[in-house]
Order: sequence, then C-alpha cells, then structure tokens
Amino acid sequence: MPSKEDILDLYFMDARCKLIDIAAFLDRVDRHDGNTDFRFDGFHKALEAMQNPGDKPRAQAVLEALSDHSEEPIPKATIQGAFGAPQLNTEN
Amino acid sequence: MPYIEPHAHMVSRTTADYEAMAIAGCEVICEPAFWAGFDRSSPQGFHDYYRQLTEYEPARAAKFGIKHYCWLCINPKEAEDAGFAREVMAIIPEFIDAPTVLGIGEIGLNKNTVSELAIFEEHVEIAKKYDLPILIHTPHLEDKLKGTKLILDALKNANVDPARVIIDHVEEHTAGLVLDAGFWAGMTLYPESKCTPARAIDMLENFGMENIWMNSACDWGISDPLAVPKCIQEMKKRQITRELVEKVVYDNPAQFLSQSKNFSIDG
Ligand SMILES: [Zn+2]
Repeated sequence: MPSKEDILDLYFMDARCKLIDIAAFLDRVDRHDGNTDFRFDGFHKALEAMQNPGDKPRAQAVLEALSDHSEEPIPKATIQGAFGAPQLNTEN
Repeated sequence: MPYIEPHAHMVSRTTADYEAMAIAGCEVICEPAFWAGFDRSSPQGFHDYYRQLTEYEPARAAKFGIKHYCWLCINPKEAEDAGFAREVMAIIPEFIDAPTVLGIGEIGLNKNTVSELAIFEEHVEIAKKYDLPILIHTPHLEDKLKGTKLILDALKNANVDPARVIIDHVEEHTAGLVLDAGFWAGMTLYPESKCTPARAIDMLENFGMENIWMNSACDWGISDPLAVPKCIQEMKKRQITRELVEKVVYDNPAQFLSQSKNFSIDG
C-alpha cells in the first residue's frame, strides 16, 4: 500500500489544480450578472458537506449532498438528462 | 496486459477504436443495448440495432482478434412511452438465441419515473423466463442514489439471484448499497459524469476487490475507449499487485460473464 507521502506525490498537484479551479469558478459566478439557481445552491451544500462530512467519507457526503433524496418514482419524465444537483428542496 | 471491456457501446465508435483497444490488450468487449445518441422512431429501428449488435459488431471486432458479446433490451431513456417499449420488448425473443447474447441489459432507470420502473420490472421477468443474467444501468448525477434504491427494492421484490445481476455505474454513495445486498457492482470510468481512475481505485480500496468490475462505457458522448487500460496504469502507480489488477480487469468480469451460457474466453 502506498504511504501518505506516496499519495501526496501522486495527487497533490492535481488536487491543488482542481481546488484553484473551484475557487476561480466561484469568483467567476460572483463577478458576472444575473442569478444563480439550484445548481449553485447544491454546489455550496456539497462544499459544506466536504468540510463537515460527519461519519461519512467526504466523497460520499458530497455525492449525497448533490442527490435527490425523494423516494417515490415521479409520474413522468420532463427531460432525459440530469443537472448534477437536485432541483427540489429535499430533506436528508 | 490482457483485459476485458465489460461495458462499451461500440456502435458509436470507430474501427480505429477497436484497433487501439486490441493493441492495449483488450480481448473481449461486451456491449449492452442502450441509447444511441437519439430516440429511435419505431420498433423497426431497434430491430436493426439488435442486428447491428448481434451480427455486425462481432464481425467488426473479430478483425482485431476481439470477441464481441452483447446484452439486449430497450434502455430506460427510451422507455418512457410504455406502449412503445413493450412493442420493442416483443422483438427481443427473436434475438435471444443468437450465439453472442449474454443476457438482458442495460435495463434500469433514467429519471426514476413510474413508466421506467414498470418497464424495468417487465425486463426482469423476461430475464427470469429465459434464465439470463441482468446488467443494470443506474441513473446519472442527482438521480443515481434514488434510482439505485428503487432498483434494489424492485429486484428484491422480483426474487432474482443477486449473484447473476450486475448494477453498473456505481459511485461512492451507491457502491456499498449494491455490494451489501449481494449484487455485483460496475464502476464506469467516464469523464465528467461518473468516476476517475483515482476514485475507482479508492472504491476498490474501500469496498474490496470481490464482485466488482470496471468499464469505460465508451459511447456517443465524450468518453474514452482506453479508460480501462489507463486505469491499469493508475493501479500500477498505486502499487496494486499485478495479480490483483488482473483479478479486477480480467478474472472478475470473466467470472460474472461466465454465468451466461454463450460466454467463453477460450478459442
Ligand atoms: Zn452503457
């Protein structure tokens, strides 16, 4: 098994790059006109989940923050694709 | 290193992709029936598609020494109109005895609708009737968790043997649910919407190397037919032994797929 140092050697630069990209994305949204929507709310909720994942692994907590937590099948599909964040205000 | 690509949509790929995969070590490709980038306008369109899957793609793959197998169904993305879906499902028995058909798939859910779920359950009944394994597609992004739970409930109600069902496109929030219920799990190495090689290896570390495979699901979207061999490289960097790499990319898929009477890695 690789050590913590090995993992840092393998992934630190990549993670650093992605982290700065996220920061720049948030700045970019702030800088531009118009309104954000449920996707941006979901993004912030996911950032919060990453910082405070409770007893869950962070990746799982982030994915769950970006998931639809309703339980019943919906009556009909209105689109074929997905947005990446839940549109409804669902309870965890 | 020899590997099996257990989930690829070669109808959307070029012949050069077959060549690149062969050079990278691919010996077997399994192609589930799915959406082809557009909605087909008639059941006849699916008849042609099933011919492509059972006749043309095996011949195209054979030119590069690759064995090509397929799974049959109408995918959930095109199953919202249940009447249409049933007309397509009525064609499936005509192809079920083709020598390269593995089972029913990739069935599942897309937007978690009532109609998708009904058609999913009817597909499961076809698999039971013909005694075939099942390959399952779980929904994308925000719909995946809910869809996986609905699928697991439906499978429990249908009383299928979980050892003969693989639930694909798992991520960190669904892998445990699938494996704990005794089903096989598939991880899809797909840019943007599914998982990276690094995360796939994390899941192997966290959930173990049993009853799990990885695939590229390369299709009409931005995807990579060489995702599995690239992940093999990543596994080497992560100091995973050659034996375990072979288990994940060859032995595990061979073990699951061998439950299909048509599957053979020899000859
Ligand atoms: Zn697929």
